Amino acid sequence: MVPGYFWPASKKASPPMSQTTSAPASTTTTTADLIRIASQVRRDIVRQVHGVQSGHPGGSLGCADFLTALYFKILRHTPEPWEMDGKGQDLFFLSNGHISPVFYSVLARSGYFPVKELATFRRINSRLQGHPTTHEGLPGVRMASGSLGQGLSVAIGAALAKKMNGDDRLVYTLHGDGELQEGQIWEAAMFAAGKKVDNLISTVDYNGRQIDGDVDDVLPLGDLKGKWAAFGWDVLETNGNDMDALLKTMDEAKSRTGKGKPVMVLMHTEMGQGVDFMMNSHAWHGIAPNDQQLKDALAQLEETLGDY
Amino acid sequence: MSSYPVLDQKDTRSGFGAGLHELGKTNPNVVALCADLTGSLKMEAFQKDFPERFIQVGIAEANMMGIAAGLTIGGKIPFTGTFANFSTGRVYDQIRQSIAYAGKNVKICASHAGLTLGEDGATHQILEDIGLMRMLPGMTVVVPCDHNQTKQATLAIAAHEGPVYLRFGRPKWPVFIPADMPFEIGKAQVLIQGTDVSIIACGHLVWRALEAAEELAKQGVSAEVINMHTIKPLDTKAVLSSVAKTKCVVTCEEHNRFGGLGDAIAQVLTTHAPAPQEFVAVNDSFGESGTPDQLLSKYGLDAPHIVAASLKAINRK
Repeated sequence: MVPGYFWPASKKASPPMSQTTSAPASTTTTTADLIRIASQVRRDIVRQVHGVQSGHPGGSLGCADFLTALYFKILRHTPEPWEMDGKGQDLFFLSNGHISPVFYSVLARSGYFPVKELATFRRINSRLQGHPTTHEGLPGVRMASGSLGQGLSVAIGAALAKKMNGDDRLVYTLHGDGELQEGQIWEAAMFAAGKKVDNLISTVDYNGRQIDGDVDDVLPLGDLKGKWAAFGWDVLETNGNDMDALLKTMDEAKSRTGKGKPVMVLMHTEMGQGVDFMMNSHAWHGIAPNDQQLKDALAQLEETLGDY
Repeated sequence: MSSYPVLDQKDTRSGFGAGLHELGKTNPNVVALCADLTGSLKMEAFQKDFPERFIQVGIAEANMMGIAAGLTIGGKIPFTGTFANFSTGRVYDQIRQSIAYAGKNVKICASHAGLTLGEDGATHQILEDIGLMRMLPGMTVVVPCDHNQTKQATLAIAAHEGPVYLRFGRPKWPVFIPADMPFEIGKAQVLIQGTDVSIIACGHLVWRALEAAEELAKQGVSAEVINMHTIKPLDTKAVLSSVAKTKCVVTCEEHNRFGGLGDAIAQVLTTHAPAPQEFVAVNDSFGESGTPDQLLSKYGLDAPHIVAASLKAINRK
């Protein structure tokens, strides 16, 4: 039968849990632990994209350290039982949905769904769609993203709901730097500051690259820190590929919440970080490695938690 | 029309405002958002009495749709309010991805739809919104016909789980639906029973259809008038049982002839029971400035045009 639409979206059955998922790390997780996890996440990224010869490895690799830190150290979250409302939990919204490989890897590795399901990435009948969605009922995903520029508004709505519900947890977002060319981002930026949405920490993957080339060549962002500050945000900068610096900055960001301003962290990253031939270029934004390239990439990334 | 006396003259948007205010009292999860049109959308009463649940977004409709989608994640039932043009065409991708595809329980409430917006002209007179919204998988589309029904529909969509587009308008218009007439999403109302032609209408044109039926009666033609207040999901059964009797249809809507109620009915007919159909709708054009009555007349959406379309449909049987 040709599929029709049902509301709420019918959930596909999840595959049997034949492989134990890693539990989310405790507060005792060390920087060294996180670096080891990030290495496995990077393996998951290149293997997912290679497996289906499709997807976005560059930005995924660049954000692997941040998302690992987020899901294994920073977020106060409960992967199971999965609940859309996320009351009493920190929430994360991935606005640049094309870096789904890194998102899926940290979700699976922190226990939202079986790690072996990463093998279904971008394949027919999978919950791991090319861009993340709630439509197939994948635990851990609270919003569809892919069409850029929409995630900040959604996060603001979720943050406002938390305030209305007396829920003191925080809402986090991640955006691409190229994504900031979308006008809706600045509508949301104006709103969040103007309405004092101060339970919100947004981050930008500031790698300076987008599909067509360097951001400076496509459409320069100008003084990005100054722009967010001028909109009324509390702005921090950090090296998004230095785990110690990241953790320190995110701690600082957290300490600045609840003070009347939304918080922005501009994370300087390298697209393709961790795989030498994918770095220093925009070329690997959205292409897949071939068999030899996969081998070369995996040789640079230690298998720390076991491949799926 | 003796069976449907004019009870009052009121705008449908005030019905929305009254319904929203009542929801404020009865449903603590209802949150209202507005993009700098609180007065036009008649949301002031809600704003005044429930300020902690009212969000003034400013002139930023894309952001409003995203915020509404995010609010649902905390269990809220957000009602967005702006003009129909800015509720749909301007924010189609936001609705598509963050609300419809994401399956979020957002109520998109749109005033000043169609030609009866009047003097502001074509920039604001959207005639494509029903089509845009009914193309979205999972979207419910409701177009109530008068003040009382708009209030009922506002209450009903709060209780309905899933994204909804509620379309209403600006002008004072005859109120003829009794306040206690039952309203159910997806269930058409046969307002007048007849045997010669089925006139199926939505929104403001339901009243025009009743006027046309009265004129047809004088000419010895028995018209059945159906208020199809829900365009999606469409009450297919109501259409088919009426056409089984009358064998021909006239559809009436304040919308482009492409994409709206007429197309929805035509799809039912061609699939299940082919029958002649005439379209009383805007003939693939933009509107212009003028009074609502002048515009409905010029663009062929008044009672005389419905009468003519009915006679033509009957002749084609």
